[in-house]
Amino acid sequence: MSDAEVRGLVDHLFRHQAGRMVATLTRILGAHHLELAEEVVQDALLLALQRWPFHGVPANPSAWLIQAAKHRALDVLRRRALQDRRAPELAARLLADATAGDAAEPTVAAEIVDDQLRMMFMCCHPALAHDARVGLMLNVVAGFGAREVARAFLLDDATAAQRLVRAKRRLRELDVVFEMPAPDDVHDRLAAVLDTLYLLFNEGYSAHAGESPVRRELCAEAIRLARLLAEHPLVDRPEVHALLALMCLQAARLTARTDDAGELLLLPEQDRSQWDRALIARGFAHLDRSAAGDVVTSYHLQAAIASCHAAAPSFERTDWARILVLYDRLLALQPSPVVALNRAIALGMVHGPEAALGTARPLDGEPSLRRYALLPATLAELHRRAGDGELAREYFQRALTMECTDAERRFLRRRLEQVVGVGEAHVGERTTS
Amino acid sequence: MSQFLVLLYDNVDDADQWLHMSPEEMQRVIEKLVAWSEGLSAQGRLVASEKLRDGSGRVLRGRGGSPTVHDGPFSETKEIIGGYFIVAAADYAEAVRLTRNCPHLEYGGTIEIREIEPMAVPEQAPAVA
Repeated sequence: MSDAEVRGLVDHLFRHQAGRMVATLTRILGAHHLELAEEVVQDALLLALQRWPFHGVPANPSAWLIQAAKHRALDVLRRRALQDRRAPELAARLLADATAGDAAEPTVAAEIVDDQLRMMFMCCHPALAHDARVGLMLNVVAGFGAREVARAFLLDDATAAQRLVRAKRRLRELDVVFEMPAPDDVHDRLAAVLDTLYLLFNEGYSAHAGESPVRRELCAEAIRLARLLAEHPLVDRPEVHALLALMCLQAARLTARTDDAGELLLLPEQDRSQWDRALIARGFAHLDRSAAGDVVTSYHLQAAIASCHAAAPSFERTDWARILVLYDRLLALQPSPVVALNRAIALGMVHGPEAALGTARPLDGEPSLRRYALLPATLAELHRRAGDGELAREYFQRALTMECTDAERRFLRRRLEQVVGVGEAHVGERTTS
Repeated sequence: MSQFLVLLYDNVDDADQWLHMSPEEMQRVIEKLVAWSEGLSAQGRLVASEKLRDGSGRVLRGRGGSPTVHDGPFSETKEIIGGYFIVAAADYAEAVRLTRNCPHLEYGGTIEIREIEPMAVPEQAPAVA
């Protein structure tokens, strides 16, 4: 009997429910009791694990779990009543809270979403480092276990667990509140949340970090959490839709980015019929909604670039001129060597490899790109296209000395062999302009 | 068809594995176990199942006068019954066949099967034991 036949257990129910329950209990118990909330949620899941196999899955698993977690919390508070004067008050609050009721009830459902938003804002507190925010988002909000966080970030278990503990201690020290930001603060606080979701998405999307299936789930989680924002009146803002558009349009290409053997495929090599049309449609819908108002964020520009690719019938018939314009604007808004490098690639598609090399070569030597294998790989490609097999070889070899995944290494070797083997015969090249 | 008591023992030394499980992993364990018991049910072989409450029960011993009552099972016990299933099977061989793929075994647990004596007039003992 397959998992799908197990009644009542939706995919990722426990993971998502863990995030919701920790958020709801943290609201009731206060930000200081985040760890208590996590502990009783873990206990509730464990109780389900011990009982459901014998009793069967309850009719409403989510309600069962939150009730179980609340009861556990009440037990703990009762035990603590002697040392902790506030325990009875917290217990009373727990009993009075209605969120354990039917999640199908609109007011309850809305409160649960609010709790998750508050938790996102808390985990993206400006005083926390970016890595800490991403880790907390994954662990506390999205319900990933410490070992899953470790796998997602390619850390060993102990290091990941330690980082999470440190981030939570920092939250406690900061004495954060578990509330929606004040109207004046929404803009800045929301920017931090969006940044974090984008980092989370990229962590899953970028090929640089291995092929573990957990990585694809990071993209799905980032999209799921961003949708919670987009559907909430407080933060239903153009930049949220811009980020969602970007994530949907990029995620649509996930499957097509590797071939059956797991080898990386570049844009010109991808089978576009494998792009996820439903995600692309969602991406365009969010892109439309991102155009409300006059704010243009880097997400808007990146989403617009992604939309050019999504709309192109083929690599050759991509609107590179428009992409270049968008990169110009992105570079003006966010001057970074990585953006400059991407712009150089677009420039190469419009004005040829020599023009691209003219702007890309000076990036060689940028301290922030010193360990970025995509820089020499790009320079190699551009030299190859410019007909300079010798330099192409050198740059591919340099890229191979840098840190990258097995798939990337195989890809670079493949390219290198093509340059070495066929000399300057422009293997696999499709024309540019 | 006879009935068999299938006792699921948890190994105390393995209890740690659950503490470090992520919600996703826990869900997968539940799905496997529930799929197993639903499989029994679908074949019409599941008679009953109950989870026993964690922690000590009571052990009563009669030695001469009034029975002694202790908390138990004993603290040195490494394996504790977590719960049981009652399954219908023709004989032990079939009861084992129905039970050997129980996911409980994948997590270090032990299973004991005992045939339940039917409440009926004693039959003639089988010719071959």
